Amino acid sequence: MNSGLIELQKLCRIFEVGDERVHALRDVDLHIGAGEYLSLMGPSGSGKSTLLNILGLLDRPSSGTYLLNGRDTAAMNQAQLARYRGDTIGFVFQFFQLVPRLTAFENVELPLMLAGEPVAARREKVTHALTVAGLSDRMRHRPSQLSGGQRQRVAIARATVTRPRLLLADEPTGNLDSASGRGVIEILESLNQDGMTVIVVTHDPDVDQRATRRLRMVDGRIDTDTGASS
Amino acid sequence: MRWMDLARFSLAAISRARVRSLLLIGTVAIGSAAMVVLTAVGDSAKDYVVEQFAVLGSQLVMVFPGKSETAGGALNASFGGTVRPLTLDDAAALTRHHQVIAVAPVVMGAAGVQYAGLEREAPVLGGTPELLQIRRWKLAAGQFSTDADWDKATPVCVVGDKLARELFGSGQVVGQWLRIGDSRFRVAGVFAAGGRSLGMDLEDLVLIPVADALRLFDTESLFQILLEVADREDLAAVERFALATLRERHRGEEDVTVVTQDALLGSFDQLFNALNAGVLVIAGVSLAVAGVLIMNVMLIAVSQRTAEIGLLKAIGATGPLIARVFFAEAILLSAAGALLGLLLAQLLCFSVRTFWYPELAAAPGWAMLTAAGVAMTTGMISGLIPARRAARLEPLAALGQH
Repeated sequence: MNSGLIELQKLCRIFEVGDERVHALRDVDLHIGAGEYLSLMGPSGSGKSTLLNILGLLDRPSSGTYLLNGRDTAAMNQAQLARYRGDTIGFVFQFFQLVPRLTAFENVELPLMLAGEPVAARREKVTHALTVAGLSDRMRHRPSQLSGGQRQRVAIARATVTRPRLLLADEPTGNLDSASGRGVIEILESLNQDGMTVIVVTHDPDVDQRATRRLRMVDGRIDTDTGASS
Repeated sequence: MRWMDLARFSLAAISRARVRSLLLIGTVAIGSAAMVVLTAVGDSAKDYVVEQFAVLGSQLVMVFPGKSETAGGALNASFGGTVRPLTLDDAAALTRHHQVIAVAPVVMGAAGVQYAGLEREAPVLGGTPELLQIRRWKLAAGQFSTDADWDKATPVCVVGDKLARELFGSGQVVGQWLRIGDSRFRVAGVFAAGGRSLGMDLEDLVLIPVADALRLFDTESLFQILLEVADREDLAAVERFALATLRERHRGEEDVTVVTQDALLGSFDQLFNALNAGVLVIAGVSLAVAGVLIMNVMLIAVSQRTAEIGLLKAIGATGPLIARVFFAEAILLSAAGALLGLLLAQLLCFSVRTFWYPELAAAPGWAMLTAAGVAMTTGMISGLIPARRAARLEPLAALGQH
């Protein structure tokens, strides 16, 4: 059932830093099917965050093609990109990126609010997402009243409340102790088991080992790929 | 994003930065309150002046000796030396027009008033019974009976009630003799209390027949001649008649100034409109300052919240939506400021009315609308640039700031 969710061909990303041209990604070819569970490792500066940002439509490649769900992303305008980020892709960041003045519930509600969903439908989805993240008793707390692990689970609930097909996590455990980190990974895995495609950028070998497919990047290239799906 | 959500989201952001928001709302409020209160004060001043003039009656023509000209005045003065006097005969000549109901020659000066060893310096007015009629002055006791012939001196006078109290205490006033300058006059009447018009306090005044006043001040020129006209529409005709008659009597020279009350009121109106405009400009400047402040504060908010903006973009917000969020904040802030300003203005007007000046006019509706409108517009314009800056932030660059 590995229909292509993501299709990268000869993808390059070049940054201009002063007079220098930094090749963050060099001719990356990658095929990711729906429902896969990938980990992405590599030393700092190897291009894994750049790749994740391009996959999440936060950044555009300098050359090459990126087909998402069969559609060429190069042809999308800003508004379409924003809509895709809103309903097809979910983000989890290393530093949570919660809005401090909003409660857990309101933070999770944000993507639905931005999309203009009616209040009643929102309440149900937010409650569900927070329950899946194990936070049904913390909905009215503000980020400052939550532990690091709880904050990251709020962020996961926010990323998944729109039921996106693709969940991108940039070092989701990088800022957590190992017990909290394990809890976060378990939630990501349960979401994957429900059919969500999950890509995790990590430095942590334990996290890496749990993924069903492991990519290793060096110098902007994919060096090894354990389970390149056909 | 729904309107309600937008409002709620912006309100949460505003109440988060409490001190900053309050300062900003206060600035806008002071600006718009100033606009409203200053307009109310201006209107009251105008009302006051109009009321003072209304006492005169609106069918009044005033004749003064001397020509007031905007150009060549200095030249005239150096040529002519003295101004040709305006005489009682001139005044008599003005009674001939059939539209003129009454003519009052007026002489003005000041003299010492003595009674039983008490002396007061008081303004002395020379006039005729027509003056009482034209200026609607009432007597509390007695009457101002003079010779029908203006040229005949009669030693009678009317005194203001305060002056009467000071000179005679609580005793009988009418019928007493007092000395004005070096002549003796019999008190024939007392002005009714509270009379006041055009800055002249009747309570301190002494009125004597015009012939006596001319002799007392040793002059042949009147201070002015007042004409009351039967019909307002004939004001212009009477004005022309007065000018023509006096030119003829003064050997073809136009050496008097004729003023109608309409013209006087008109020039006051212009003056007050100019004042009002000035006041509005001043208040407008303070609102512009508030606008700059709003922009500054919003720009700070944008740079403090870049991470949040990046996040909103990452989870599906478009640039225009981000702009709307920040724009809504600016609008809410200025609306709150405008509202508070209007309340503040009402409170100020109320206190002034209660403790200081009960006749203060209500702030006119257009001033409140203008103040609120200007405050809102300023807020919107000032919110525009920060909103656009927020909208243009790259999600990645914004998220990169931890």
